[in-house]
Amino acid sequence: MIDTLRLTAEEARGLLERREVSGAELFAAYRTAIDERDPELHAFLHVCDDPGIDGIPLAVKDVIGTKGIPTTAGSKILESYVPVYDATVIVNAKARGLTVLGKTNTDEFAMGSSTDNSAFGPSHNPWDLTRVPGGSGGGSAAAVSGGLAPWALGSDTGGSIKQPAALCGHVGLRPTYGTVSRYGVVAFASSLDQVGPVAKNVRDAALLYSIISGRDENDSTTVDVPPVELPDADDLKGLRIGVPKEMNGVEGVEPGVTAAVNSALELAESLGASVEECSLPRSVDYGVACYYLIAPAEASANLARYDGARYGLREDGADFREMVMRTRDAGFGDEPKRRIMIGTYALSSGYYDAYYGTAQKVRTVIKREHDQLFERFDVLASPTSPTVAFPIGAKVDDPVAMYMNDVLTIPSCMAGLPGLNIPCGLSEGLPVGLQLIGPQFAENAIFRAAHALEQAIGFDIVPERLR
Amino acid sequence: MTRITRDEVLHVARLARLELSEDEVAKFQEQLSDILAAVSKVSELDLADVPPTAHPLAIENAWAEDEPRPCLSLDEVFANAPDRYDDYFRVPPA
Repeated sequence: MIDTLRLTAEEARGLLERREVSGAELFAAYRTAIDERDPELHAFLHVCDDPGIDGIPLAVKDVIGTKGIPTTAGSKILESYVPVYDATVIVNAKARGLTVLGKTNTDEFAMGSSTDNSAFGPSHNPWDLTRVPGGSGGGSAAAVSGGLAPWALGSDTGGSIKQPAALCGHVGLRPTYGTVSRYGVVAFASSLDQVGPVAKNVRDAALLYSIISGRDENDSTTVDVPPVELPDADDLKGLRIGVPKEMNGVEGVEPGVTAAVNSALELAESLGASVEECSLPRSVDYGVACYYLIAPAEASANLARYDGARYGLREDGADFREMVMRTRDAGFGDEPKRRIMIGTYALSSGYYDAYYGTAQKVRTVIKREHDQLFERFDVLASPTSPTVAFPIGAKVDDPVAMYMNDVLTIPSCMAGLPGLNIPCGLSEGLPVGLQLIGPQFAENAIFRAAHALEQAIGFDIVPERLR
Repeated sequence: MTRITRDEVLHVARLARLELSEDEVAKFQEQLSDILAAVSKVSELDLADVPPTAHPLAIENAWAEDEPRPCLSLDEVFANAPDRYDDYFRVPPA
């Protein structure tokens, strides 16, 4: 009997290698779990049939293009879209024997932090079905924590891997910008978008990262990546951890979140790390404002391609312009419309310097503040999300409140830095996430630190109601 | 505090090729004003000597040889087309 709630991908690989289970049995176990629990979780938008290969199943966020498998980006405008080629990350995953289990729910075009913005309805948090799983990658997060998939791919522009991992209680890595190809991935904000692993533990995250990362001639922003080391050390001797005081003191951090993060930092000290307070004076204060200019500006350009001419939805119109405008009104939900309009406004004549140009300079300030801290520290630690999972629908009418969910994940994204969430405890019976940020290309150092902490914390990743 | 006018909402929507309903215009006027007020915070900082960052990595141009490579067939290219006419995407008259 395969326990899909606990089985890690590494363990699944062992079972396959020792021929203790077949690929068909493994795939069927997850399909059974999906049949049982997805009606209440709504993690998947599409579930695949067994491809008949002895591989480890992989859930894939529905912004990642999969040949012959619908890819909607959570949007009505792509509801009928079926890619004719695989994204590079899917090519890489298949080359290593992974099989696509299904496509997971997401806020429309990955814009959101709750999956409330999915055109196909929200996903539910496996710990409490009345609460959000986070977003935008809430479907991948609910699938992994709910035992519907051994691991998953997500995408992260301002926190869409890390924040759902925090709210659902598992591991999510947003890799260094440029380490993972975006070819074949639905574009949101191209100077920020990254694909990364969603996993039950740190070693699985490292394993999946090693499979998907590397230079790709089809994405000119990718670079060569240092070899990935699967972590196994259980101490933190010599590790210098900086704790930016603004990230723990920002308005809205719940006391239970602070308490769980502080306990984890005390454990880190007992494992041999030095823990010292430091400061990111402007990154936290100005990060969200900077992000919500740059990301919408880039989104307004990227989403211009949805014009009803070549693929996706088309509404009728008397002339070309009317067809395009009606298609976009019918196809986009409120959040993409808001961001397209904010981005268009910020880039428009007369406002460009005041908004987009200024935000690009703030981005430099944020990057420099982080660079300076990494002269003294190996990793930075903070809460990933200021709050635990909140009720579904609680913030849908207040976009600015929704944007503040990302206040702690955004700064490092602006600087192109890798960041990883590990669960570090519970508050009000819901998972709390610890965020570890490193310098660019320091994934191995983050994996080592996170693995040692994970062993010491001993967090049970199976939601209490499913044990 | 900057409030965006109804005409500005309509202007931006036109630039972005979005046809908005009357309800949407009113709702977005409110919400976009709130968002613009929040993001205007970037103007508080003294950025006189700060260069802009467009991209987080210090990478050079990525060059590729200008050589033909295999690509999608026309049937694949048109597989998702709303309206194919021979080897063209057909759209309403401009």
